[in-house]
Amino acid sequence: MAVTDAKTLPPETVSPGAVQAEVESSVSVASQWQLMWWKFRKHRMAMAGGIVTLLIYAIALFVEFLSPSSPGVIRADYTWAPPQRLHFLRQTEEGRRWDPYVNGYKVEIDPEALKRTFVIDEEQVVDIGFFVRGEPYKMWGIWETDLHLVGSTDVEIPVYFLGADRMGRDLLSSMIYGTRISMSIGLLGVFLSFFLGILLGGISGFFGGTVDNLIQRVIEFIRSIPTIPLWMGLAAALPTDWPPLRIYFGITIILSFIGWTGLARVVRGRFLSLRTEDFVMSARLDGASELTTIWRHMVPSFFSHIIASLTLSIPGMILAETSLSFLGLGLRRPVVSWGVLLQEAQNIRSVATAPWLLIPGLAVLVAVLALNFLGDGLRDAADPYNR
Amino acid sequence: MESPALIEIKNLKTHFFLDEGTVQAVNGVDFSIHQHKTLCVVGESGCGKSVTARSILQIVDQPGRIVEGEILFHRPSRSDNGSETTETIDLAALNPRGREIRAIRGQDISMIFQEPMTSLSPIHTVGNQVTEAIKLHTDMLDDEAKEHSIELLRRVGIPRPEERFDTYPFELSGGMRQRVMIAMALSCNPALLIADEPTTAVDVTTQAQILELLEELQDEFGMAIMLITHDLGVVAEMADDVVVMYLGQVAERGDVDSIFHDPKHPYTQSLLKSIPRLGVSRNRQRLDSIRGMVPDPYNRPTGCMFGPRCDHFMPGRCDAINPPAIPLGPGREVHCLLYEEE
Amino acid sequence: MFQFLLRRLLYMIPTLIAISIVAFVIIQLPPGDFLTTMVASMAAQGEDVDQTALQALKDQYGLGQPVHIQYLKWMQGIILRGDFGDSFGWNKAVSDLVWSRLALTFVLSLASLLFVWVVAFPIGIYSAVKQYSVGDYVATFFGFLGLAIPNFLLALILMYIAFRYFNQSVGGLFSPEYQEAPWTWGKVADLFAHLWVPVVIIGTAGTASLIRIMRANLLDELRKPYVVTARAKGLPEWRLLFKYPVRVALNPFVSTVGWVLPTLVSGAAIVSIVLSLPTTGPLLIRALQQQDMYLAASFIMLLSILTVIGTLVSDLLLAWLDPRIRME
Repeated sequence: MAVTDAKTLPPETVSPGAVQAEVESSVSVASQWQLMWWKFRKHRMAMAGGIVTLLIYAIALFVEFLSPSSPGVIRADYTWAPPQRLHFLRQTEEGRRWDPYVNGYKVEIDPEALKRTFVIDEEQVVDIGFFVRGEPYKMWGIWETDLHLVGSTDVEIPVYFLGADRMGRDLLSSMIYGTRISMSIGLLGVFLSFFLGILLGGISGFFGGTVDNLIQRVIEFIRSIPTIPLWMGLAAALPTDWPPLRIYFGITIILSFIGWTGLARVVRGRFLSLRTEDFVMSARLDGASELTTIWRHMVPSFFSHIIASLTLSIPGMILAETSLSFLGLGLRRPVVSWGVLLQEAQNIRSVATAPWLLIPGLAVLVAVLALNFLGDGLRDAADPYNR
Repeated sequence: MESPALIEIKNLKTHFFLDEGTVQAVNGVDFSIHQHKTLCVVGESGCGKSVTARSILQIVDQPGRIVEGEILFHRPSRSDNGSETTETIDLAALNPRGREIRAIRGQDISMIFQEPMTSLSPIHTVGNQVTEAIKLHTDMLDDEAKEHSIELLRRVGIPRPEERFDTYPFELSGGMRQRVMIAMALSCNPALLIADEPTTAVDVTTQAQILELLEELQDEFGMAIMLITHDLGVVAEMADDVVVMYLGQVAERGDVDSIFHDPKHPYTQSLLKSIPRLGVSRNRQRLDSIRGMVPDPYNRPTGCMFGPRCDHFMPGRCDAINPPAIPLGPGREVHCLLYEEE
Repeated sequence: MFQFLLRRLLYMIPTLIAISIVAFVIIQLPPGDFLTTMVASMAAQGEDVDQTALQALKDQYGLGQPVHIQYLKWMQGIILRGDFGDSFGWNKAVSDLVWSRLALTFVLSLASLLFVWVVAFPIGIYSAVKQYSVGDYVATFFGFLGLAIPNFLLALILMYIAFRYFNQSVGGLFSPEYQEAPWTWGKVADLFAHLWVPVVIIGTAGTASLIRIMRANLLDELRKPYVVTARAKGLPEWRLLFKYPVRVALNPFVSTVGWVLPTLVSGAAIVSIVLSLPTTGPLLIRALQQQDMYLAASFIMLLSILTVIGTLVSDLLLAWLDPRIRME
């Protein structure tokens, strides 16, 4: 007993013998959540993953304010404009001082391909300001405003920190808007799967027998089918004339239709193993009702596992949506997700002209990595009594 | 007559280096094992008895390692003219992955474990696992090794050994598996058999059979046995000599009669008081238990390890001095300041 | 063993039926039936619609009849005549289109599976045996990265790098001179020379997760008492490692085929689209975009069957490796 206690302690409280007694008493009264938090905190990568995840969701919340422009603004005269580097300091006669700017563009004509291309013009300077007025929008559909975190001080001159696409739309703004869609579809899809998984997994684990067998066969069947072709088949069946919002929900439902199997397995497995645990048995023997046993003893002990599994299934959803939209079978403009943006990079010619179109892939990578690390840490911490 | 020593352990220290700190699992242990005799090592779980045994074979799990001390093995070698000579090897100084210790493992010293369920590989046949040591240490051919293994299986009381040879461990009962383990351990006629709680995981009837088998085999093969147990009943039945361990140190050692009839160390005394006796007292009495708990291995007491739980605790001495070995007779020692000569 | 095989084969039947039903549902999902679409497009192009031919098609597919009859007619055609219906997008029988592409998909998936195994197995063992070493951390890092990069993105990046810095195209499975050529040894060699690019791309995610699985399994096994038993016998460390824990950890590793294969087939579909490989992927997406449903559904069905058969083979392999399963 004493050994396991010492192992679950946060590192800074372990060594000094003097505080041992005090620590021991705090360990023995620490709640399950406290123990989990201590254990989670020890996991550096998970902490970092958690912070990044929170940041990404914060971005998703303040999309309109954070993006310099909006993904719907088309400027045909800025086709494939390359990214402009943001300079914070400006060289003046008295030395360098704080005055953010970007260089403007000039047009060059490629004599061989007879193509117009934009290049950065070191001569031109576009002033950049923070909290500038720009594109008007409605924050969360409530306040009308045109305040943006960063942007060109002159509304007439657009800036492209990450370059522009084929239609002269700002990639950075599109990516920021895409954060909301990609991250929320992951969350929403996971909650739908969670609902299906809890329901069917719970039924399976609770009733056992034939029902369990049947549901298990269905799960095995769904898992044995290659998902992307099936998703493609289902997504292609969504009518093209649906409004964007309905497509969004349609895609989410299709994703969770297959995603629930993993969660159902976790729920069922937990349920079955918990039913035979000693502490559940002793709660029963103490005369606790079935409902109390489930609610007070079983749910808290598998809730943490469920949260961990939920976190670990979000990346799968995000990747699936990205793949579908990339193939043109998922979301479509005017809804922008990272996958929709990557669709622009589908053929090698556009990637060769505008390699910055691959940048949304980086966003996918960061989000998926962060969620994976977070989920891994949560899973480890979910069992505070285990090592 | 005292038979010559086979193993002499001198000031053995085996420590585990964990992130949370160093666990001094074995901390200065001395005792010897004599040829053809049975030595029992007793103590509560976590007192370092298993680690001591594993130190002899140099199979202590990571991150543990022997940090100090000697394990002298007087290896009997039968020379050509039939006379017995011994060569002395310090096992503690050998490289745990080296050739020398590997040649000793399974040939001169072999070991059986607590869990017959998991101590055998689930996906290799019984025959495969029994013949392995024979093929490794002798130059028997496959057929001979198989014949020898079947003979061994028969000797340890496995019915129809020819058929059992090709079965998998999961098809056998717990008792049968432990017999397979014993056959495996005896396959090269070892000088010492280390049995680490061999009967903990089997039921009581099987336990008696296994112990009886070990005694028979000792008569027949003539090996010494180091039996690790926490069961004093087993000790009384099997032991010639006894070592009582507490928190990585020896509390007391001696022959079985003196330990049971004249225990010196307060820990041994309380251990003996805590076993139920049949028919000793008519009126119902509460069993004595040792007060307190085994201390946290990261936070060992100063002075005598048993001090905080001892009824004869002497403040100022017991918490200051870690008691040295106090000799009481041939092969008999106690680590307790009560017996210190002024 | 024979009984085991027989039981597994019987288990497969309901799965196959379920797959065919799902495929059929996909055919039925888009509004209207394909004949209406066909007639509409023919009319749009100003072609005459041959009423008798139309009626013959209607009879063949059982259009206008209840759904289950349509399903049975479709299945009947497949089982009796190997007829999956017609692709109106290509004006050809589906069966003329699918097989060659399916064969290449099969080769690609199998090659990816082998790649995944061959790479993940030793790295997983290394990571477990040298836990917390630099090599272990590097493997873990690349493992996480491999899981996080969608494979189509990897394909795009690779294509860009090849194009930008080596001025080469990495798409396709054959050199231009072999594209339409009949099968010869030269063409096979050419195929293998091209195959490694998609194989590496498709295999990355699978390799990453299998390394983690192998590492976790082996770490579990390394702590088992039978390892100590073997060590106490005097076996050398390396022989011991491969005879016992690695061998035992191999079993759950083999059983992962059950889900690795579906992800590989999935990955192959999407990577093939990006790299425009002559496999099922590009044709499937085109069929879906044109609502060429018999072709699309046949692809989905055959890919699923391929996966189920692959899983069956892995089950048999596992039974052969593990006496506990074989004797159940």
